[in-house]
Amino acid sequence: MRNSTRRRSALGIGLGFFLAIAANAQTIAITGGTVLPVSGPKIKNGTVIIKNGKITAVGGPETVVPADAKRIDAAGKWVTPGFINASTETGLVDVGFSGGANESRAQGKDNVAASFQPWLAYNPENVLIPAAREFGITSVVTWPSGGLVAGQGAVMDLAGSSLAEALVKPSVGMAADFESDQSAGVGARAELFAKLAGLLEDTRAYAANKVAYNAARFRTLPYRREDLEAMIPVVTGKIPLVLVVDQANDIVAALTFAKEQKVRVVIYGGAEAWMVADKLAAAKTTVMTGAMNNIPRDFTSLGSRQDNAALLRKAGVNVVMIGNAGGGDESGFNVRNIRFEAGNAVGYGMKWDDALRAVTLGPAELFGVSDRIGALKVGNEGNVVVWDGDPFEFATRAEHVIIRGVEYNTKSRKDLLTERYKTLPPDYTKP
Amino acid sequence: MRLPALALLFIVTGSLSAQAGKTAPAAADTTHKTPPGPGALSLPNADPFPSTYKPFPSKTTLIKNATVFTATGPRITGGSVLLRDGKIVAVGKDIAAPADAVVIDGAGKYVTPGIIDTHSHLGVYSAPGTEANSDGNEATRPSTAYVWAEHSVWPQDPQFPRDLAGGVTTLQVLPGSANLIGGRSAVLKVVPARSVQGMKFPGAKYGLKMACGENPKRVYGNKGGPQTRMGNVAGYREQWIQAEAYRRTWDKYLADPSKGDPPRRDLAMETLAEVLRGNILVQNHCYRADEMMQMIDIAHEFGYKIRSFHHGVEAYKIADVLAKEGISGSLWADWGGFKMEALDGIDANLALLDHAGGRSVVHSDDASGSQRLNQEAAKAMAAGRALGFDLTEEQVVKWLTINAAWTLGLDDKIGSIEVGKNADVVLWTGDPFSVYSRAEKVWIDGAMMYDLNDPAARWRTDFELGFVPAMGGSK
Repeated sequence: MRNSTRRRSALGIGLGFFLAIAANAQTIAITGGTVLPVSGPKIKNGTVIIKNGKITAVGGPETVVPADAKRIDAAGKWVTPGFINASTETGLVDVGFSGGANESRAQGKDNVAASFQPWLAYNPENVLIPAAREFGITSVVTWPSGGLVAGQGAVMDLAGSSLAEALVKPSVGMAADFESDQSAGVGARAELFAKLAGLLEDTRAYAANKVAYNAARFRTLPYRREDLEAMIPVVTGKIPLVLVVDQANDIVAALTFAKEQKVRVVIYGGAEAWMVADKLAAAKTTVMTGAMNNIPRDFTSLGSRQDNAALLRKAGVNVVMIGNAGGGDESGFNVRNIRFEAGNAVGYGMKWDDALRAVTLGPAELFGVSDRIGALKVGNEGNVVVWDGDPFEFATRAEHVIIRGVEYNTKSRKDLLTERYKTLPPDYTKP
Repeated sequence: MRLPALALLFIVTGSLSAQAGKTAPAAADTTHKTPPGPGALSLPNADPFPSTYKPFPSKTTLIKNATVFTATGPRITGGSVLLRDGKIVAVGKDIAAPADAVVIDGAGKYVTPGIIDTHSHLGVYSAPGTEANSDGNEATRPSTAYVWAEHSVWPQDPQFPRDLAGGVTTLQVLPGSANLIGGRSAVLKVVPARSVQGMKFPGAKYGLKMACGENPKRVYGNKGGPQTRMGNVAGYREQWIQAEAYRRTWDKYLADPSKGDPPRRDLAMETLAEVLRGNILVQNHCYRADEMMQMIDIAHEFGYKIRSFHHGVEAYKIADVLAKEGISGSLWADWGGFKMEALDGIDANLALLDHAGGRSVVHSDDASGSQRLNQEAAKAMAAGRALGFDLTEEQVVKWLTINAAWTLGLDDKIGSIEVGKNADVVLWTGDPFSVYSRAEKVWIDGAMMYDLNDPAARWRTDFELGFVPAMGGSK
């Protein structure tokens, strides 16, 4: 993976990476498995064909298999779209606490970094990527953190060896904090709301008076020009404001805020969202939350409970699953465990199909990439996983992980260390 | 984008208090002349905060028709377990229900011993996480052997009942890892009580928290040291040199108390001397294999034993040594990579230590993870099986129970379903290694302390009243 030949050739090819991936992409026929397209009903003894990196057929045993296809016999196996973890710092962070890259937090100005696009520093060789991929994660949404407005998120496929290859869609949402006075640089919550409202108003003023602003004939605005520019898609409703907020009354305030400001919001975290599930359902507001935290860790999350996601679904709220156990690993080194979050959600009462959707098509729809990923349907990217059982179970392994038609078998660093130390003492020339 | 975390305990982000320069606690003169008893050499007062725990009222209970993982023998399908007067009195296939017994049908369900978490900070880092209740690290000097975790435990921490609902019946609550020597641990039953004494496991030995590596040197690097790993090692050795001298002075006096006044007491040295006498078990936070090897040499130099390495993300690199030394590994299933010393964490760590003949223990160091130690074990089991190991569920149950009990020196009382053991038992809704299973009923000393299906009987801490919305079910 890191051999110099590959690196040199990658540099040589420049922007032709995508072609390189497509050239590697074989025709693949996955046959005989239980196919869960997510966008449609389950198909027993199903067939999925991937050609030139795209899904070209999804059907029953009658589906014609091209003669040149590499066959994967999935009898007794489960076939799903690649899983999407919608809350990660993947590709931005090496050793979170003490070393290497940590590219997820911008300096900003006055706690606002709307123009921050952290994926521009995305490292496709990041050591955590193979570890996520071997657990069936084929795509992630990579986000910044910190401040009142942290910056923008992007959808990435865990594929290829360049940003250009990996990027599915840039600027899919604006991350902001709706609850941390400290992050926002304010003294009280209502001051935070006012500050965020002020930013949106300044954005509208800037957008309406760009010519005057650029000619220095407009009043001084407290934010950087590039941040105001980046906020325009938020005020026009093109991208959602993804608000970190836990407490029920603050969630209601966020809904009111969205209505008044005419912006789309997504509730992120939402520990107490179950308490206002009816309001969230009425506002058709999506909640990104998990199923592994019931700790009243702050006075803003006293009502935290593990069946939050299940209760929200029951009330008709759209839920996108994220890791929320709180150990600090779920957006970093254990991004791969999102399938167990979904399994726990089921354990606490969510319907299995809803949980699968919450880690596949749900995030794809939320971030505007459902025409590319999140479901097994013709025309989508060939992001497919063959599991040897129920993908939410611990005993289940992802046997084949295919992204854009390329099967990935890259050993993770964990695998290499395991191989080296499986018998002691180790041989330091192997693997 | 990340959610706010309660406290990343494995990282230690707490700031140093302003008291960094203060002197050691004043040593008190001692006048009592009680003769030493076995395991009770911390004279003059070996047990100043005695346990007041009394088992809760229990009924004779027969769980029948369940799959029973005893932790010491083979699985029993269609098995029964009889609990009476706080003890397990029968285990097997065909046990007739005594006339007075409550009979619980375990068809399709599983029974395990109560889960034991050897690494917890519940009560000392309670929820909600406030500065006011941040009581886990006495980060005022690199060695604080004189502090006892129990003096920080808040029994009304709402994390306790949540842990019980995860099937956890016994916890070792440790001081944090800011210090080379952090102080005494407390072994607690996960039960409601007005005081920590009401939770203390009767007769449990204390543990001593020690910590290697990044945390102490980061916390003290600019506060007078240690600033380096070599500074860490010098720090441990200095303490043990003092402790050995203290032990000799006291043991000489104790051999014949009639010869003059007792030596001066020193709280820190009392604890360390008890380690040297084998009465306190060393629980050593240490990530890297090379550092664990150095800690083992220090233990050899001063003649004490390390009972367990905690976190030990590189335990697999020295699994043979840990097995030979008889040191258990209190380990995570899949945490690693979050800091330099945790870089080499692998999923097969628990399985490889087990495979080498070592004692693997699944620990948490995390209030959420502690509620799902069975799931952590399931992940580690899958990793072991992926290596081709014939790793049975029976074996993996040991990682949650009997091996943890041994780590706390309690394997004669808890950790297995055997006649005569304390009736700490969990009935699971299904296979405990499935993501969909939940602890359904939890007994401690024969008393049913938790029932998934009886929300009205759920333990609610004082804190929760009025603050935390009452919840239906087990959540």
